[in-house]
Amino acid sequence: MSVSTRTGNILEALVARRRPLRNTVLVIMALLVVVDVFKEPAYERFAWDGIGGFAAFYGFISCVLIIVVSKALGYAFLYRKENYYGESGNRDD
Amino acid sequence: MIDFIHPSLVLIAGALLLAVLQGRARQVWQIALPAFVLLIILGLEPGLYGQMGFGALELVPGRVDKLSLVFAYIFGIILIIGNIYALHVDDRVQHVAAMVYASGALGVVLAGDLVSLYVFWELMVISSVWLIWQRRTDVSWRAGMRYMLVHAFGGMLLLAGLLAHYQATGSMAFEAFETRGWSFYLILVAFMINAAVPPLHAWLTDAYPEATVTGAIFLSALTTKTAVYTLIRGFPGTEILVWLGVIMALYGVVYAVLANDIRRLLAYHIISQVGYMVAGVGMGTTLALSGVSAHAFTHILYKALLLMGAGAVLHMTGRSKLTELGGLYRWMPITFVLYMVGGLSISAFPLFSGFVSKTMIVEAAAVDYRSWVFLLLTMASAGTFLHTGLKLPYFTFMGKDSGLRPREAPRNMLIAMGIAAVFCFLIGIFPQALYAILPHEVDYNAYTAGHLLKEMQLLLFTGLGFFLLLRHVGGDAKISLDTDWFYRRLGPVLMVAARDFVTAVDRSFRARFMEALQWALAASHERFGHGGRLAQSWPTGSMALWTMLVLAVLLVLFAL
Repeated sequence: MSVSTRTGNILEALVARRRPLRNTVLVIMALLVVVDVFKEPAYERFAWDGIGGFAAFYGFISCVLIIVVSKALGYAFLYRKENYYGESGNRDD
Repeated sequence: MIDFIHPSLVLIAGALLLAVLQGRARQVWQIALPAFVLLIILGLEPGLYGQMGFGALELVPGRVDKLSLVFAYIFGIILIIGNIYALHVDDRVQHVAAMVYASGALGVVLAGDLVSLYVFWELMVISSVWLIWQRRTDVSWRAGMRYMLVHAFGGMLLLAGLLAHYQATGSMAFEAFETRGWSFYLILVAFMINAAVPPLHAWLTDAYPEATVTGAIFLSALTTKTAVYTLIRGFPGTEILVWLGVIMALYGVVYAVLANDIRRLLAYHIISQVGYMVAGVGMGTTLALSGVSAHAFTHILYKALLLMGAGAVLHMTGRSKLTELGGLYRWMPITFVLYMVGGLSISAFPLFSGFVSKTMIVEAAAVDYRSWVFLLLTMASAGTFLHTGLKLPYFTFMGKDSGLRPREAPRNMLIAMGIAAVFCFLIGIFPQALYAILPHEVDYNAYTAGHLLKEMQLLLFTGLGFFLLLRHVGGDAKISLDTDWFYRRLGPVLMVAARDFVTAVDRSFRARFMEALQWALAASHERFGHGGRLAQSWPTGSMALWTMLVLAVLLVLFAL
């Protein structure tokens, strides 16, 4: 189990440093967009290929849309109680 | 000298031995058998083998070409990994079922004619269902029954389709279906049921989460991917598949938002990922079809890895709902890290396997200037990372501490996950090795500056969205309606309504009949009963009168 303990310790250390880690990722994200804005577009297949940072924008919008639309569908139509089909309690030992 | 041994026959024969072995011998054979089968597969040379006449039919149970080999290789690999993962399970029914199930899948991808295809297709159904039933709960029993009924229906469509195909063409060879008639659509729908194309998909997300922890690995690897193989072989370039695939990719993502059970969430992401493959088959270009084969290969590995991680959590905690899990990373750190390799692979992070296969299909859409397909598939990519890379691991391993203090998963489970993780990583770093075994020459490089820049932006900003909406993305202790509602709820309701209707009609008819009977009885009683008109005694005078009348009539008749 020593591998397990060591992996656990590394993870603990990472979690303890989550603020600086988060800030690093945010800086990387900003850099990616900046590079994308100033770099020659690799493709000219679609109208959006020339727009710097489009992928970042699209990723963010997709994420928000997926969550909002799906949860709305869930609460409006799809969610039911867990014993809706009269079956429940499939739990292993 | 034998130049061809059908791997399926070896597996079935070996499975018979597995049924009687016990203890350590069973464990050794459980690994040795798939390893031997993988060696046979690796030794296969392209060609047609085992041809035999069957009445007027020409059967080719062994068609080996590059396309069938890609799938045979990965089925062989996952069979070993899955069996390592299941080594600790002392249930021979499951082990035998898994072997026979894999032999069916191998039989399908090696079948050169539709009769062999059909036989192995059905073999997969009747063996795989045991991987669900052996969970031995009431819920899994019912889910397995529904699973089997749906596949029995699909099998009938396939049989009808191939009979119609034989009537129309006079051939049973399994090649691309050209003639658009009944047979074309019947076979297409049968394949689509196994590929879990909505609205024919609900059997998958209904049954897989109820399967045994180890059985789910084989289930996720084999059924949908044999269906993808048959679609590549039979229906390349069928335009409608492009849009069905795009719908699949997003459908799975939407339901994954709603899913609370971690294995159901992953099951919805099987549908989403197979959506990419179905869309690629529909595009039908060389790049797209290569992408489909590559993606099926990488998908089997990372999805098995993800399900093994989720299965390990279920095995160790007895729980599989996001609302009941959390904070496990300290207790199951290796499982968490290995799961994340799968999560990064399915999300197509650079350096992981999904990046070199999924982007091929998306690139194929871009090359064809299919802007909507490109945008929607990219959106589904964001959703994939959102769920399998962020939501599931966050709420299972990080997040709120659930108070659960499980031990790390058993060593055999970790080894199996480790092997799958190594594959995911190696394919991501050396994609050329994967591209070399694809059916067509691949002129595609995933690691261009443009790709890397776009992909990293897409993924990291998806992550930003996730953390901003963190409070709203967690699991809800609810289930979501899906198309299985039609046969789980509407069907029974209609049946009960029909039963009640028939009963009511029957009752009213009986009542009316009895009424009529009563009336007839009363009427006859009135006539024949005591005091009835016909029961009265008649006076002798009237008798004499009648006799006279009859005699007179006779006299007249004879006189004439």
